[in-house]
Amino acid sequence: MSETPAAVRTRVRTRRRPPLPLTAAAVTVVGLTLLPLVYLVVRATSGGREAWSVLTRRGTAELLLDTGVLVATVTVAAVVLGVALAWLVTRTDIPGRRTLGIAAALPLVIPSYVAALALLGAFGPRGLLQQLLAGPFGIERIPEIYGFPGAVVALTLSTYPYVYILTAAALRNADPALEEASASLGRSPLATFSRVTIPVVRPAVAAGALLAALYALADFGAVSLMQYTSLTRAIYLQYRSLFDRTPAAILALVLIALTVIVLALEARSRRAGRYHTLGPGAARPPRLVSLGRWRWPAFGAVTLTVLLFLGVPLTVLGYWLERAISLRGPLELPWGPALGSLGTATAAAAAAAVAALPIAILAGRHRTRFTATLERLAYMPNALPGIVIALSLVFFGARYASPVYQTLGLLLFAYVVRFLPEALAGSSSALAAIDPKVEEAARGLGRSRVGVLLTVTLPLARSGILAGAALVFLSTMKELPATLLLRPIGFESLATEIWKETAVGAYSQAALPALSLIALSAPLVLVLVTRGRGIDTAPG
Amino acid sequence: MGRHRVKVAAALAALLATAGLAAGCGGGDEATQNEATTAQEGGTTLTVYSGREEEIVEPLFASFEEATGIAVEVRYGDSAELAATIAEEGDGSPADVFFAQDAGALGAVAATGLLAELPAGILERVDERYRASDGRWVGTSGRVRVLAYNTDAVAEDDLPGSVLELTDPRWKGKIGLPPTNASFQAFVTAMRLSIGDEETRRWLEGIKANEPKLYEKNGPVLEALAAGEIEVGLVNHYYLYLLREEQPDAPVENHFLDPGDPGALVNVAGVGILTGSTELDAATRFVEFLVSDAGQRFYAEEAEEAEYPLVAGIAPREGLPPLDSLVGPDIALDELGAGLEATLELLNEVGFTS
Repeated sequence: MSETPAAVRTRVRTRRRPPLPLTAAAVTVVGLTLLPLVYLVVRATSGGREAWSVLTRRGTAELLLDTGVLVATVTVAAVVLGVALAWLVTRTDIPGRRTLGIAAALPLVIPSYVAALALLGAFGPRGLLQQLLAGPFGIERIPEIYGFPGAVVALTLSTYPYVYILTAAALRNADPALEEASASLGRSPLATFSRVTIPVVRPAVAAGALLAALYALADFGAVSLMQYTSLTRAIYLQYRSLFDRTPAAILALVLIALTVIVLALEARSRRAGRYHTLGPGAARPPRLVSLGRWRWPAFGAVTLTVLLFLGVPLTVLGYWLERAISLRGPLELPWGPALGSLGTATAAAAAAAVAALPIAILAGRHRTRFTATLERLAYMPNALPGIVIALSLVFFGARYASPVYQTLGLLLFAYVVRFLPEALAGSSSALAAIDPKVEEAARGLGRSRVGVLLTVTLPLARSGILAGAALVFLSTMKELPATLLLRPIGFESLATEIWKETAVGAYSQAALPALSLIALSAPLVLVLVTRGRGIDTAPG
Repeated sequence: MGRHRVKVAAALAALLATAGLAAGCGGGDEATQNEATTAQEGGTTLTVYSGREEEIVEPLFASFEEATGIAVEVRYGDSAELAATIAEEGDGSPADVFFAQDAGALGAVAATGLLAELPAGILERVDERYRASDGRWVGTSGRVRVLAYNTDAVAEDDLPGSVLELTDPRWKGKIGLPPTNASFQAFVTAMRLSIGDEETRRWLEGIKANEPKLYEKNGPVLEALAAGEIEVGLVNHYYLYLLREEQPDAPVENHFLDPGDPGALVNVAGVGILTGSTELDAATRFVEFLVSDAGQRFYAEEAEEAEYPLVAGIAPREGLPPLDSLVGPDIALDELGAGLEATLELLNEVGFTS
């Protein structure tokens, strides 16, 4: 999209000095989220010099390569799958688009360790699939799932919903008039898709891809169960077997360096242009693309995807649940842990949404090199393994803030540090879709800055902010490593229940808390997927 | 617009309601907990960091509370992660007692100077092979390295008396082991210390040539045995009992190795008291309880996983060979921690962990 003179003016005007309280709030939030980095530097430099030999050790280069390949593959898979699904269910006449649209988002609620366990239960060497095939076909061996393939499938399951949900929302909110104009000017549907649709959804795809890549960098559950050694798994193994925290801290700093590369790539991908529309947009749903004879094949492909990523885990969990009941009789619902999960996840979602706002406004409305860097910095901790975040807060909490150590407050703080980028992704993309002119008009009519924020910006951005908060809610429901180390004694969540049972191999006993976690998280996915069905950004 | 606003408001209201409910219930729990605590004699509360699983040791804590009137608050977690936590907490650790899955985690905390020396009366309850030479931790239960096997695939008579024989091509593709697991690594360290680095490297290379299947932990090795994925697995003896909780009919048994075999390590789970403990008396009573006859009988009679009691005169679970008859490699458990780094390097070089 070429820049109009109006847009250039807008840009110049947004470079005004930001109000001091806004800058102070954003700097404080980002500063607090960087505590884990401070801890890592303290640890990395307090050990002996020989600890640094971890960098030159045999296998470290290979480790970096393996990690890079895993993250790149998972991100590409998540983008391809997420964008294709989003386009099919929002813009085509695929049968059952409403139902498929919801089902495709649901794997987001399955923790990666549960997904990996379930995939192993289904596709492992003697899993359910092999047992099914052994009877009628006498098949004794199926292709090995351990290692790279298993890690990619499990992580794609956990990450493509980020791309899918953000892209689908962008497609729904996009002004259909743009595509119609393109078509009326004689562009083919394909050209319209690549020249108009893709640029419109690019920020959403980039934000989703970034969350997917950071997730793959930080994940421990799936890679450890699948026996694939990524940098995060190496960091955990270092902590678990050597007790020397210095080499682990050095490896974690390497992980931070990888994160910087990922962030730079994402920043490059979104460099161009404005993404908001100038007018209110056409208040009607877009015209659907007719798939013609591809309608049913497309339906089949989407259904298969949903069956693999949602049906398989649910089937395996159901099978385990059935085994638990046959072994031990009726089970008791985990009410206490369920309330623990819901309460902390809700509080973390609200706190993260509030904490993300000043950063999003600063970076979106007063874009300078400084504010952009500030926003990027807030993404850093998201790529760190949970244990690093947890130990850093153990370090600061026990030594310098003992009154809050092992309280729910510190646990919530850990969640906000880990998942702030998800709240940021929601509020940033919502702000980007609002034309600053609307805010300026309100200022021009005499509203104060705070008044504009409360009466114009927030109401217009609310669905994006809510979506970001919902992502934080879902991630907190699944969070395990920081919860284990930082929770107040006696606090239980569904994730710690699952951990408690799987630690002693009682998978059947883990099925009920896992299914409860899925059931309690699912309604939030509905909020995420159905938002934007109305015309959100139109002034009321 | 209107509809949308209603939807958002409803979602928010629902969220706030659940949050309030959860907070309310949490508060309620706390209140009842506090009442229970103050009802206890003296109101003493002991904080235990437990790397041992809640599913297994919770009854033990309950009987201590009942016997002494001292309330126990337990933080459960992975032994190594808790060891790292205590080290990061330093003097500010809220923990009074560290109850760990293995000697390595205890040794790591002892090395930071955060474990206090235990009274002789406690130490002497347990054979000196099963406690720290400097008296900073004491073993509370024993676990034996065994060769678990699938009874449909192999007869016990065909199994070797020594792990060294597993390099035989007969076992190609049939062995399972967990190379990143702490207990497996302790087993390799013990082997290195008893037969030397070169012999151990040759053995590891021989095993590697036999294309073993690698797993995350002991548990999955047992499951793979039950499924017939592998025929033999190098694991601790008690995982068999955990497997039977899940799959009562699994065709798996333990094969105990010959006495003195470099693979027949007897390792321990143990306990230590933190130097910063504010409840030293209660902590000491707790450790006393763990090595008392009652505390030890728990492993033989009650615990799901049938570990070995370490105090003389208390027989293990029926069907297990007596502890005296099991002779591991001649090494001190203290040495396992310091020897770990070289073991990890060796496992990495031979290609088990990379």
